[in-house]
Amino acid sequence: MPGLLEDKDRIFTNLYGFHDWKLEGAKQRGVWNATTEMLRQTPEWICDQIKASGLRGRGGAGFATGVKWTFMPKQESERPHYLVVNADESEPGTCKDREIMRNDPHRLIEGCLLACYAMRAHDCIIYIRGEYVLERERLEAALVEATQAKLIGKGNVHGWDCYIRVTHGAGAYICGDEMALLESLEGKKGQPRLKPPFPAGSGVYGCPTTVNNVESIAVTPEILRRGADWFASFGRPKNSGVKLMSAAGHVNKPCVVEEAMSIPMRELIETHFGGIRGGWGNLKAIIPGGSSVRLLPADQCEEALMDFDDLVGRKSGLGTAGMIVMDKSTDVVAAITRLSYFYKHESCGQCTPCREGTGWMWRIMQRMTTGEADPKEIDMLLDVASQVEGHTICGLGDAAAWPIQGLFLHFRGEIEERINNYRSHRSNVPGATLLAAE
Amino acid sequence: MSVRRLAKEQPASFAFNEQYAEEAKGWMAKFPPGRQRSAVIPLLWLVQKQEGWVTEPSLRVVGEMLDMPVIRVLEIATFYTMFQLAPVGTIAHVQVCGTTPCMLRGANELKACLEKRIGPKDHRSADGRLSWEEVECMGACANAPMVAIDDAYYEDLTVETLGQLLDRFEAGEHPEPGSMIGRHGSAPEGGAATLTDPTLFDGSRAKPIERLPNLPAPASA
Ligand SMILES: Cc1cc2nc3c(=O)[nH]c(=O)nc-3n(C[C@H](O)[C@H](O)[C@H](O)COP(=O)(O)O)c2cc1C
Ligand code: SF4
Ligand code: FES
Repeated sequence: MPGLLEDKDRIFTNLYGFHDWKLEGAKQRGVWNATTEMLRQTPEWICDQIKASGLRGRGGAGFATGVKWTFMPKQESERPHYLVVNADESEPGTCKDREIMRNDPHRLIEGCLLACYAMRAHDCIIYIRGEYVLERERLEAALVEATQAKLIGKGNVHGWDCYIRVTHGAGAYICGDEMALLESLEGKKGQPRLKPPFPAGSGVYGCPTTVNNVESIAVTPEILRRGADWFASFGRPKNSGVKLMSAAGHVNKPCVVEEAMSIPMRELIETHFGGIRGGWGNLKAIIPGGSSVRLLPADQCEEALMDFDDLVGRKSGLGTAGMIVMDKSTDVVAAITRLSYFYKHESCGQCTPCREGTGWMWRIMQRMTTGEADPKEIDMLLDVASQVEGHTICGLGDAAAWPIQGLFLHFRGEIEERINNYRSHRSNVPGATLLAAE
Repeated sequence: MSVRRLAKEQPASFAFNEQYAEEAKGWMAKFPPGRQRSAVIPLLWLVQKQEGWVTEPSLRVVGEMLDMPVIRVLEIATFYTMFQLAPVGTIAHVQVCGTTPCMLRGANELKACLEKRIGPKDHRSADGRLSWEEVECMGACANAPMVAIDDAYYEDLTVETLGQLLDRFEAGEHPEPGSMIGRHGSAPEGGAATLTDPTLFDGSRAKPIERLPNLPAPASA
């Protein structure tokens, strides 16, 4: 199986860092080509092109990028407009923005300028997770180069003043949520703000703000260079484009790769990730997009397409397209329990259902892993998960519930068996004989 | 949420050295006038670079610099988990990622190895030279399992290569970060199968573009 995308249609041509990341190298690969021409068009034209390309946000939620840009006020006022680039990349399984920032920083910077112009912003802040120290240094060095070459900054050759700066976090997954990110940017704890007001009305410093993922911004110049129709020609309708995808876990060759949207999951794995460890038949389950979606059992992975709508149709989601692959040797209950620990650890503590619920779910999940849990606790756990889901300020509550729901949707029998097994070996567990006899 | 408190034993005072004072000024200048509080995370990070951890007197210094009540600075120091609130190993502090993608490829074995070699997590070794902690996903999952030591990622580890890494730190070396099995970044093991078309890199992409696609009307002269 050849994969769907040819090299000539790949945007991130220095994905692995084999080539020069600096300005000269980037220009050689086509970055900063015809940028002046793009900025000679109207902001409306740019937004229309991005809309026509079908680009949906690459940060996980998949909201149409071109549409989002039009939410910003059409006129500049005394409240400056801000573009905030979400480079927090902390979703387990996700490691794509890192490659853009360390190996192709100029593509991101060019995208920032373009997006700023399209939203009439002169200010851009890139918020990068604190752990990415090398990536931040690269970005900062590239910004210095671009400013010295007068590509960005005040009085640049493109005729649109644009001040781009990088700042960083210090270890908090929740700051990836755009409303928490804005708080963190202002020097506060990363506790998500309530919406409304939406950032386009009142974001950072109370000014009109748009938050976009690194990849969303970095692909936009190439869309204008090659045409919205080129981008839209990949993937199924409403799911179009090319996309960075990755696999972690039990594939033979974990890596990051750029592919066409809607590529069959199996083809992606067999073409780029060297197949499942021990062969396709050894696959147990895959979490398709970072950890915050429901997992898919092997039979579904056979048919699934890597796009938003197909995976939502399977009660899962594309998320960030950073797959977590588990083969048959995996204790899938333990794997999901570790995710429950993650959400408990990362909850900002602001809403009661999330703060209490994530801890409670993790403790029960631990007992599910060993089999110590009471069979009745399965339904209790699912009930608590559904009470957390949709009842919190930000998406972390949902994100904590979904992996558990996915586990029970597809592997409930396995957990019941584990509980029974545990009981049948311990006569002192209340009700053990009864269950064992069944 | 994790509960984090300041260490009991604290130094009497704190002051930025010349280099970091300069960097701190740079950070404060990055943000619009009156918004210098945005620099609180970077400033506390500089404290940690200088002192090895975030001390109680430093919170007051940072608060004064940013015109921020100390309690707000304390909130930041305790909320964000990269801030060490007590001294860590003097030659290496190992952060091992324990989240599921790393766990699936052996993070639990790495944790056991660190425990055996250094002692329980969140404590320093007897000689004070090493310490380790478990952290959540570091955003390098395609190169799992991994640890971060100081600011650098060491990836595609096994118990053996982690041990060798620590030997080298203990010998005073600073091993080159990255994949421990020779992968280039996140390219697949054995070399990349994509991005091999030479025309991507021969400058043909840099040739002037006559006309952008989909322009509304013929470009005016
Ligand atoms: C708990 C949580 C964590 C998130 N983490 C990230 C992240 O690390 N990076 C990111 O781009 N978006 C993240 N998001 C999504 C952002 O809130 C936001 O939707 C996104 O940055 C918008 O960019 P896009 O439209 O370009 O995708 C997260 C959301 C939630 C609820
Ligand atoms: S859902 Fe959880 S993480 Fe989000 S605001 Fe509420 S407590 Fe914080
Ligand atoms: S899970 Fe370890 S780096 Fe992502």
